Amino acid sequence: MAEFSLPKNSKVGVGKTYKAPAGAKRVKEFKVYRWNPDDGKNPTTDTYEIDLDACGPMVLDAIIKIKNEIDSSLTFRRSCREGICGSCAMNIDGTNTLACLKPIDDVKGAVAINPLPHMPVVKDLVPDLTQAYAQYRSIEPWLQSETAAPPDGERLQSKEERAALDGLWECIMCFCCTTSCPSYWWNGDRYLGPAVLMAAYRWIADSRDEHTGQRLDALEDPFKLYRCHTIMNCTQTCPKGLNPAKAIGKVKQLMLERQG
Amino acid sequence: MKDVREALMVGRNTQGKLVRRPVSPFMIGSAYKPQMSSVSSILHRITGVALGLGTLLLTLWLVCAAAGDGAFSVIQAVLASWIGLIILIGFTAALFYHFCNGIRHLAWDAGKGFDLPAMHQSGRVVFAATVGLTVIFWAVGLYIW
Repeated sequence: MAEFSLPKNSKVGVGKTYKAPAGAKRVKEFKVYRWNPDDGKNPTTDTYEIDLDACGPMVLDAIIKIKNEIDSSLTFRRSCREGICGSCAMNIDGTNTLACLKPIDDVKGAVAINPLPHMPVVKDLVPDLTQAYAQYRSIEPWLQSETAAPPDGERLQSKEERAALDGLWECIMCFCCTTSCPSYWWNGDRYLGPAVLMAAYRWIADSRDEHTGQRLDALEDPFKLYRCHTIMNCTQTCPKGLNPAKAIGKVKQLMLERQG
Repeated sequence: MKDVREALMVGRNTQGKLVRRPVSPFMIGSAYKPQMSSVSSILHRITGVALGLGTLLLTLWLVCAAAGDGAFSVIQAVLASWIGLIILIGFTAALFYHFCNGIRHLAWDAGKGFDLPAMHQSGRVVFAATVGLTVIFWAVGLYIW
């Protein structure tokens, strides 16, 4: 259902402001989305003033500092702090990215931090990714082959066959792209979204996988694949510099080619 | 059909009671930064709708022409008024945008132009071509008129 504004219970109000300590020289405002399932209130935006001289360089450093020193109730996911786990995916300064890879200095003015767009909020910056994970499961993201593997070793690939997977396997499933996609906002119940479609193409492009036909059959659907209108917000926002739009384009081309 | 995501809009609080979860902010402009990607796409939709309405206007003009002198002079006067001209200029601008961006979409369908610099460049070319073609069209049109 295409909704263009937030439902009543999701409208964001103004929250508390936490002032910077006296004597702070380089103060930066962080405007952080807060929602607590326990207080029965609407979400708010809390403002935290941070002394950048006492804070690490990345946005993740700032929110960890907020949690450690100012407001321990702030809830967010984080793990590796080096852009490989995908946990700290959030909307920072109006685009989706990983907080650990986003330098604070890249943001002019106050740093607005929101959960990944158009997702159910579990608490504060934590979105419910159940739907996206279920969609990932639905494309059966594992090697499927009728031919038995060689008894004495791995299934081998040529260098070219292996190179066909570059730009695909690096995806860390942070869903920055999927939740940046207006099509996914409105049709995410049935449209698979860029991250999952690129994962599907990763197996279609794999020379060792023998279920290309079945995989394409499963995607041949007006919603699952063809709600992609090449908006390209996905590629624009990918924190790993990958190109989901191109991968989806390849799937669409394969669909055409096999029709003859 | 009911949206299956509705099930995920319900969660539990610390006491285990069911609570209604909010949807996180979205929408180009209010929550998501407008970028070349989304802006050129949304304009394609808007100009597509405008072309549909413009074609109705064109049909109306033809119907008036077929209906006789009186009706035709009325529609001619309406379209030659400044409001009429603004609508016609908007109609042609929408046509040129949709046409140029349509070629961009054909290139994508052929697997070309997906890299970010190419996408930005082609977007700028489409905007420039829309302005250029509209200006030339009306310069020639008004000169002949």
